[in-house]
Amino acid sequence: MKSDENIDRLFKTHGHQLKYSMPSDLKAKILSELEAKPTPSVSIYSWLSIGGGAVAAVFALVVSFQLGRMSTSGPGDVVVAQEVVSSHVRSLMANHLSDVISTDQHTVKPWFEGKLDFAPSVKDFAADGFALLGGRLDYIEGRPTAALVYKFNQHMINVFQHPTASAESSTPRLQSIRGYQIFSWTKNGMSFWVVSDVNAADLQKLADLLAH
Amino acid sequence: MDESKFKKLIVPHFDTAYSLARWLTRNDADAADVIQDSCLKAFRFLAKMSSDSPRAWFLQIVRNTSYTLLKNKKQYVEMASESDVADLQPDAETILGQNASAKILREALDELTVEYKEILVLRELEELSYDEISEVIQIPHGTVMSRLARARAQLKKILISKGALS
Repeated sequence: MKSDENIDRLFKTHGHQLKYSMPSDLKAKILSELEAKPTPSVSIYSWLSIGGGAVAAVFALVVSFQLGRMSTSGPGDVVVAQEVVSSHVRSLMANHLSDVISTDQHTVKPWFEGKLDFAPSVKDFAADGFALLGGRLDYIEGRPTAALVYKFNQHMINVFQHPTASAESSTPRLQSIRGYQIFSWTKNGMSFWVVSDVNAADLQKLADLLAH
Repeated sequence: MDESKFKKLIVPHFDTAYSLARWLTRNDADAADVIQDSCLKAFRFLAKMSSDSPRAWFLQIVRNTSYTLLKNKKQYVEMASESDVADLQPDAETILGQNASAKILREALDELTVEYKEILVLRELEELSYDEISEVIQIPHGTVMSRLARARAQLKKILISKGALS
């Protein structure tokens, strides 16, 4: 009987010390994902890295629902630009920048074969300060999209590209959303978006190199 | 699919949910995975919830998700080996913040089988009612009481072997 009282006493005195609290960053992450949900901005592939199949399945539903309501208006469109920014932020948050990690464009480009129904243009611009880090699959405007990751100083840059129905070519155009700069253009039947927190002047250099 | 309902009914139980997941999975990374997965399930099925206790309902999801993860990791061991326990000590920061008795109690609890551990965590640490525990673990009320008694007896044995009780 005495031991039972002692166990009670132990729990009473120390029980609260044995409880775990949810880490604040995990709580913040879950809450921000909850709030981000209504916007048409979920990258399926970045989700795959964090929660496994169930996560992807649930959010794929959300994405397809949202995408069904979206118009697909390509580069320059503010809804698409928001989607691009969200994909960029998520790729950093989920620590899932690259599926193929290579600074060699001849490794990155073949990696996309069989994963996409188009051949993305992949170039390294390390000589100009924009070092290619790798690539991954993403999802923009309801379409599989090639995402290339570049590093400029300490900043990460995502470059998204996928085919567009538009035959026109345009020059890079700047938008700013929530402190991020987005340059977008179309060229040779492809839509491009470059997104980062790098200042607009520097980011334009990469956009010009890519659009050249 | 209601964000404000989720915030009102589920978010207040995040700490308890994390505590249960952390005790069952025994590491932070797995606990975080379990919680993220559980939140998505809860969010998805919240509209269909029929329980009087959102806490018990959510903890049941967390428990099942933890067991699935343990099974997948083939970690579903009845009793952890000595070295296993040593590997899975809480980090230094956690240990420094507590005295020797708390440390021994933590170790003893961690040596219990999963079913004894979970019932003591729910009852003694998180202070759930018998009804809530019955819902979380999906066992009858009477079984909650008898299992709790057996869990305490087992804990007592371990504490005595550690010299913490006579």
